[in-house]
Amino acid sequence: MKIVVCVKHVPEASDAKFADDYTVDRASIDGALSELDEYAIEQALRLTESGVDAEITHLTMGPAAATDAVRKALAMGGDKAVHVVDDALHGSDAPATALVLARAIERAGFDLVVCGMASGDATMSVVPAMLAERLGVPQVTFASHLSVADGMVRIRRDGDFASEQIEAPLPAVVSVTDQTGEARVPSFRGIMAAKKKPIEQWSLADLGVSPDEVGLAAAWTKVESATRRPPRQAGAIVTDEGEGGMQIAEFLVTQKFI
Amino acid sequence: MAEILVLVDHVEGAVRKPTLELLTIARRLGEPSAVWCGPGSDGAVETLGMYGAGKVYVVDAPEINEYLVAPKADALAQIAETAAPAAVLITSSWEGKEIAARLSVRLGAGVLTDAVDVEAGPDGPVATQSVFGASWVTTSRVMHGVPLITVKPNAATPEPAPATPAVEQVSVKFSETPGARITGRTPRESTGRVELTEAAVVVAGGRGVGSAEGFRVLERLADKLGAAVGATRGATDLQYYPHEYQIGQTGKTVSPQLYIASGISGAIQHRAGMQTAKTIVAVNKDPNAPIFEMADFGIVGDLHKVLPQLIEEIDKRSG
Ligand SMILES: Cc1cc2nc3c(=O)[nH]c(=O)nc-3n(C[C@H](O)[C@H](O)[C@H](O)COP(=O)(O)OP(=O)(O)OC[C@H]3O[C@@H](n4cnc5c(N)ncnc54)[C@H](O)[C@@H]3O)c2cc1C
Ligand SMILES: Nc1ncnc2c1ncn2[C@@H]1O[C@H](COP(=O)(O)O)[C@@H](O)[C@H]1O
Repeated sequence: MKIVVCVKHVPEASDAKFADDYTVDRASIDGALSELDEYAIEQALRLTESGVDAEITHLTMGPAAATDAVRKALAMGGDKAVHVVDDALHGSDAPATALVLARAIERAGFDLVVCGMASGDATMSVVPAMLAERLGVPQVTFASHLSVADGMVRIRRDGDFASEQIEAPLPAVVSVTDQTGEARVPSFRGIMAAKKKPIEQWSLADLGVSPDEVGLAAAWTKVESATRRPPRQAGAIVTDEGEGGMQIAEFLVTQKFI
Repeated sequence: MAEILVLVDHVEGAVRKPTLELLTIARRLGEPSAVWCGPGSDGAVETLGMYGAGKVYVVDAPEINEYLVAPKADALAQIAETAAPAAVLITSSWEGKEIAARLSVRLGAGVLTDAVDVEAGPDGPVATQSVFGASWVTTSRVMHGVPLITVKPNAATPEPAPATPAVEQVSVKFSETPGARITGRTPRESTGRVELTEAAVVVAGGRGVGSAEGFRVLERLADKLGAAVGATRGATDLQYYPHEYQIGQTGKTVSPQLYIASGISGAIQHRAGMQTAKTIVAVNKDPNAPIFEMADFGIVGDLHKVLPQLIEEIDKRSG
C-alpha cells in the first residue's frame, strides 16, 4: 500500500516572527522539519517495520528551503519525497494548503495519509481534518496509539473527557500526537542513503490548481495586526533560607490571592 | 440582527462553562442561537436561554456519538446553510477545531482558531490570537464566507441575559462518506477539582517533584487555593501525573490569574502553554532555571521544603 506522510518546514520556534505582509517570516529565519511531524514519520516507519507492506512518500508544501524538511524525513527512512513549490503559494492559509496537499496526495496515490498533530508555526490542527474532508475519506486524528491491519486503521484518542478507541476503513487520514513514541534520530547511513532517494518538485500547474486559488491574496482570513508581546520581566528571586514557603505566602497575600 | 451559531460543548448533559462564554461573546456580534448535538438537550435549554440563546437547534441522532467529528460538521453545515448566520463560534478543543476545519471546506469559509478574544468590527468579527508560543498577539478577520471562529476557554466572563429559547429539532442528512467509528470510550475519572483550562489558579509540577507521591503535596496546595493541578511533559512522561494534565505545546494551554510552578525548568514547549498567566510564582533549586526569567516571584530552594511550609502558612492565615 501507499503511505503519504505530510511534513512541514517551520521557523525555529524561539525566533518565529511575522514579515511585513503579516505572513509567517520564512525567509530571514532558519527553518527545520516541524518537530511534531517527526512523530508522523516515525509512525509510518514503524508500520512498515512491523510488517505492513508499504511505500512511504514524504510530502511537503513550502518555499525552496522546505526541501530540507523532506530530506531529513528521508534520512529517517521512507522511499521518496514530493515538494510542492510555487511562488504563488506565498501566504497560503490552511484551506489553500489543504487544497494543494489533497491534490498532491491524489496525484501520488494513497491508502494512508499520516500527519502531525499541529504544525510548529501555525499550530492550528486543522489541515488533517480538511484533508479528510477534501479527499472524502475518514479522519482518524490525534492518535496516541496507531495500528493498521486488515484494511482498517485503529487508534486511541486521549481526549479531554474520555479515551476513545476509533477505527476506520482505508483509505484514511490520520494524525498522531507526541504520545505515539519518540522519533528516531537519522543515522549516518540514513543521511547518506537519503541523498540517493528521489525528491520530485511539483508546481501548481502539475496539480491543476490555479494560482488564484492560493496565496495571500486568496486567503480566506487576514491578519490585520501583529505585535510582539513584551517579554515578561523577572520579579524578585529569593534564595530559600528556611522561610521560602512563608515568603511565597506573603507574596500571595500582597497580590490578594490569599 | 443576524444569528450567531454557538456549538454547545457538553458532558453528561451539563453545558460546559466555555459554551456560556461563547454565548456571551455571541451577543456582541448578533443574536446567539445554540446548536446542541446528541441526546439530553431538555435539561440544558434553560441554561442556554439564561445566557442569551434565543434559539436552540437540537440534532439528536445516533451518528453524533458513533462517529468522530464529521457528523457534527454535517449538522452545523446544514443549519448554517438555512440560518445564514453572521458567525459560527466553537470551543477551541481538538474536536472543536476539527469541526471548524471541515465546515471551512464545506462552506468555503475562513477559519480562525484559538481566539482569546472576539469583538464586533465594522467588517465582521475581529479575533485576537496569541501565536508563536504566545510570544506574539495578532488580530485577524475572516475575508471569505461565514466567519468560523474557535475560541479558547476563559476568553470572556459568562454574563446572564435571560431569554426563552425556541427549540427546533433538526433532522440532518449525514454524509455518505465512510466515517471513523468510535468503538470504545473510557471516561476520565473526575478529580473534583476545577477544569485545568478554566482554572483561575494552577499549581503545576515538573520532573523536580520527583515522584507521583510528590504530586500529592501539589494537590494539597491546589485544594487550599481552589486550584487545578497541571504538569510538564517531563513529569507526565515519567508518569508522576496523568498525561491529560500536561501543560504546553502538545498539552493544554492555560491562562490563569496565578500559576505556581514547582520543579519546572521552563522549556519553550512548556512556556507555550502557560506564559500568558497573569502572575507566575516559581520554586526551583537551580537559580539558573529559565522559569525564573518569567517569574514574578521566585524561590531558589527545594520544593519538598518550600511547599509544605507554604501550605502550613496558608492554614495559619486562614485558620
Ligand atoms: C515535540 C515536543 C513537544 C513537547 N511538548 C511539551 C509540552 O506540551 N509541555 C511540556 O511541559 N513539555 C513539553 N515538551 C518537553 C520539554 O521540552 C521539556 O523537556 C519539559 O517541559 C521539561 O519538563 P520539566 O521542566 O518538568 O523537567 P526538567 O527540564 O528536567 O526540569 C526539572 C526542574 O526541576 C528542578 N528541580 C529538581 N529537583 C528539585 C527540587 N527538589 N526542588 C525544586 N526544584 C527541583 C530542576 O532544577 C529543574 O529545573 C515537549 C518536547 C517536545 C520535543
Ligand atoms: N505546508 C505543509 N506541508 C505539508 N504538510 C503540512 C503543511 N501544513 C500542514 N501540514 C500537515 O498538517 C498537520 C497539521 O497542521 P496545522 O493544521 O497547520 O496545525 C501538520 O502536522 C502536517 O502534517
